[in-house]
Amino acid sequence: MATVKHKILVLSGKGGVGKSTFSAQLSYALAAMDFQVGLLDIDICGPSIPKMLGLEGQEIHQSNLGWSPVYVESNLGVMSIGFMLPNPDEAVIWRGPRKNGLIKQFLKDVYWGELDFLVIDAPPGTSDEHISIVQFLQATGIDGAIVVTTPQQVSLIDVRKEVSFCKKVGLKVLGVVENMSGLCQPLSEFRFMRTTETGEQKDMTEWILSYMKGKAPEMLDVVAYTEIFDSSAGGAGRMCSEMGIPFLGKVPLDPQLCQAAEEGRSCFSDEKCRVSAPALKMIIDKLLAQQMISRIEDGA
Amino acid sequence: MENGDYKDVPENANEHCPGTQSESAGKSDACKGCPNQEACATAPKGPDPDLVTIVERMATVKHKILVLSGKGGVGKSTFSAQLSYALAATDFQVGLLDIDICGPSIPKMLGLEGQEIHQSNLGWSPVYVESNLGVMSIGFMLPNPDEAVIWRGPRKNGLIKQFLKDVYWGELDFLVIDAPPGTSDEHISIVQFLQVTGIDGAIVVTTPQQVSLIDVRKEVSFCKKVGLKVLGVVENMSGLCQPLSEFRFMRTTETGEQKDMTEWILSYMKEKAPEMLDVAAYTEIFDSSAGGAGRMCSEMGIPFLGKVPLDPQLCKAAEEGRSCFSDEKCQVSAPALKMIIDKLLAQQMISRIEDGA
Repeated sequence: MATVKHKILVLSGKGGVGKSTFSAQLSYALAAMDFQVGLLDIDICGPSIPKMLGLEGQEIHQSNLGWSPVYVESNLGVMSIGFMLPNPDEAVIWRGPRKNGLIKQFLKDVYWGELDFLVIDAPPGTSDEHISIVQFLQATGIDGAIVVTTPQQVSLIDVRKEVSFCKKVGLKVLGVVENMSGLCQPLSEFRFMRTTETGEQKDMTEWILSYMKGKAPEMLDVVAYTEIFDSSAGGAGRMCSEMGIPFLGKVPLDPQLCQAAEEGRSCFSDEKCRVSAPALKMIIDKLLAQQMISRIEDGA
Repeated sequence: MENGDYKDVPENANEHCPGTQSESAGKSDACKGCPNQEACATAPKGPDPDLVTIVERMATVKHKILVLSGKGGVGKSTFSAQLSYALAATDFQVGLLDIDICGPSIPKMLGLEGQEIHQSNLGWSPVYVESNLGVMSIGFMLPNPDEAVIWRGPRKNGLIKQFLKDVYWGELDFLVIDAPPGTSDEHISIVQFLQVTGIDGAIVVTTPQQVSLIDVRKEVSFCKKVGLKVLGVVENMSGLCQPLSEFRFMRTTETGEQKDMTEWILSYMKEKAPEMLDVAAYTEIFDSSAGGAGRMCSEMGIPFLGKVPLDPQLCKAAEEGRSCFSDEKCQVSAPALKMIIDKLLAQQMISRIEDGA
């Protein structure tokens, strides 16, 4: 770890909040800024990272220097148990000690080289993997943790626990990201249904689109927004001010971002992720500014 | 890559440890020099005495259903909660056991936050939502709900064992067990502890995304490995369906700002396009062009129980600890959930009449 400048842990209390999606896009963004980036996936049971970087089916090669990360780009290397499974459908049914052993190997045996950032994607919760990664890395210094959540209360409850974990183990909370903060989509990209008297759903999309063109053309370039996950309790922003931790920002639920994750693409590589890419960029810029990291300072 | 950690191999054991419960524990060649050698050689082998107690407790439980997911955040606990509500509403005696130690969502979803566990001479008493729906979770045992439960595997296993050993459930038609996501300590343990008493099977919850389906395949593989029957897969968050009038509308100005046009658009619709007011807008969100869970199920030869749409009203019911069946608000999700639960019961050939209502 002597050749790794910054280590960032990406945590979530709750599963399925977009932690791995965020880790992947953060890594893409940092690499696009010409930083040397390593992405370490310590989710042993459900390793999502290979898919999200378009690296399914890749294998780990060994050199005399150690295990070699799988490179997406020359400055973005990835390590995950996902690369070690002969059959991706097969479950990894390991108890804690064995998982800890592999995480230790990832840190001991992988040759990362000179890295500006090591992004570590953890599984949800506060158990073996989390205790272990902190224990193993604490001596070398961890910049801190980003906690990802959704606006729902069940999610925020778990964020509080995750923040409590960080405090207990002396891990700095760099900030909280609120993901799936509402769905924002051009009205013309929806399908439209009407329920008939028999209770059936009838697809009216073609009809509605022509109807709009004819009678209400102003509606065609409007964007429809809905919350989905009720944030009337104030969401993550309010929780952060209550807890005195930085709020890094919100990312809307964007089907285009979901698709980019499925296809292993960077959301910044084209113009498709119109609502999510700008939001993610603002969050990452804020993070770097907060950590006072700039290309110039780090000797680009 | 070897798999299967059922043999109780301690962390500091030698490489080819036969397992602490094996006949050759402490005595095999592989045990030479292992720090546990003497303990293993002298410790009594054979069935765990706690298992005997568990069998007794579970003797009054007719059906045990595990609710699993490969991936987190797919709606497993929401489904477990609503399944429990639905079964209780059909007058079954229901127990809901939350074995997610790090992130126990169940108390909130049943409106039981802040409740405590009471003890009687019969054992720990579940917290009752209704007289026929009792709940057990570590959530009831935390003095400070914000405080993390930072336990390694063995301690989590110990508590799960206690939930099975010490809780007095009484006569139950159903014990629904809500697991955390994944395939680790909690999952291995619950199967080990309950297998003797018989588990009906597992329901696996997923969303349509490929990253989710990958993890379902792993979860199904886990079930096969441990001999757990897969009762079926539920595809949650299958698209968002909401009346158009419940959206907000924005337009991006030339400066790149988002301007809220909701009032304007609603009046505009009333005047120019009234037909649109009673239309529902639908969008997929999670791309299911790979065929979603339905296709995966037919490929894997396992039952597909059905889809539940992403319904903000269901999310709200979960937040407020309500049954989605108790009123008419969950217009899109409640019917879908009901169909899934009916299908499950029919499949398991469980009816009120047969079970001696």
